[in-house]
Amino acid sequence: MEAIPYEHGLILAALLFVCGLVGVLTRRNIVFVLLSLEIMLNACGLAFVVGSARWGHAEGQAMFMMILTLAAAEVAVGLGLIIQMYKRFQTVDISVLNEMKG
Amino acid sequence: MTLLFYLASTVALLATLAVITSTHVVHALVYLIVSLLAVAVIFFVLGAPFAAMLEAIVYAGAIMVLFLFVMMMLNLGQTTEQEEREWLHPRTWVGPSVLVLVLLVQLGRVLVGEHTEITPVEVGVRDLSLLLFGPWLLAVELASMLLLGGLIAAYHVAKK
Repeated sequence: MEAIPYEHGLILAALLFVCGLVGVLTRRNIVFVLLSLEIMLNACGLAFVVGSARWGHAEGQAMFMMILTLAAAEVAVGLGLIIQMYKRFQTVDISVLNEMKG
Repeated sequence: MTLLFYLASTVALLATLAVITSTHVVHALVYLIVSLLAVAVIFFVLGAPFAAMLEAIVYAGAIMVLFLFVMMMLNLGQTTEQEEREWLHPRTWVGPSVLVLVLLVQLGRVLVGEHTEITPVEVGVRDLSLLLFGPWLLAVELASMLLLGGLIAAYHVAKK
């Protein structure tokens, strides 16, 4: 098998992470914000797997599985919150969430 | 192998850019599935077949389908797409993008400095499970508790 430069894998992870970060910062639709968070978590997982391949150890992949678990739990709670928000405000615009009701 | 890696990287990047720039949620979801499958190909190339399968089954399969079902429940109409177009004005995204780009350049400079080649060795499911059910057992239990917590929280929050 031919070799793949280690830093190219990490740079790809960084690029994907930055795409997700830009999505979180710029979008106002809460569904897109959650999707962008998914992209960021996935990029972190990619970085871990690249590290795992670099050193030939399984720890990186185990950490990827932990990230997968975290992403699943986060999406379940996040989507529940989106449903609740849509029931209350009839919109997915996060700007309506700027006031608290004590 | 190297060619496959770069091809899949390009697909992943383009699909991710399409996700964050699209105005329709379902289109963005389908683009994200493409991106995740491309990342799964990268995992295969890097010698992590079990991680690749998990990426395809759990991420692209379960999580994205969950998103899709919630989108069907919410039933967002054409007006949302119109709003979405107005929100995607350059005035809103140029500032954050430039700032994040500066951070990316800094990170890239650090990464480019080192040069190591990966010769992919397959780290299969056997090594992974020996690790997970040996020294990492506590982490696995904690992950199961996290999933249970997520389940209960999602049920409670979405119910009332």
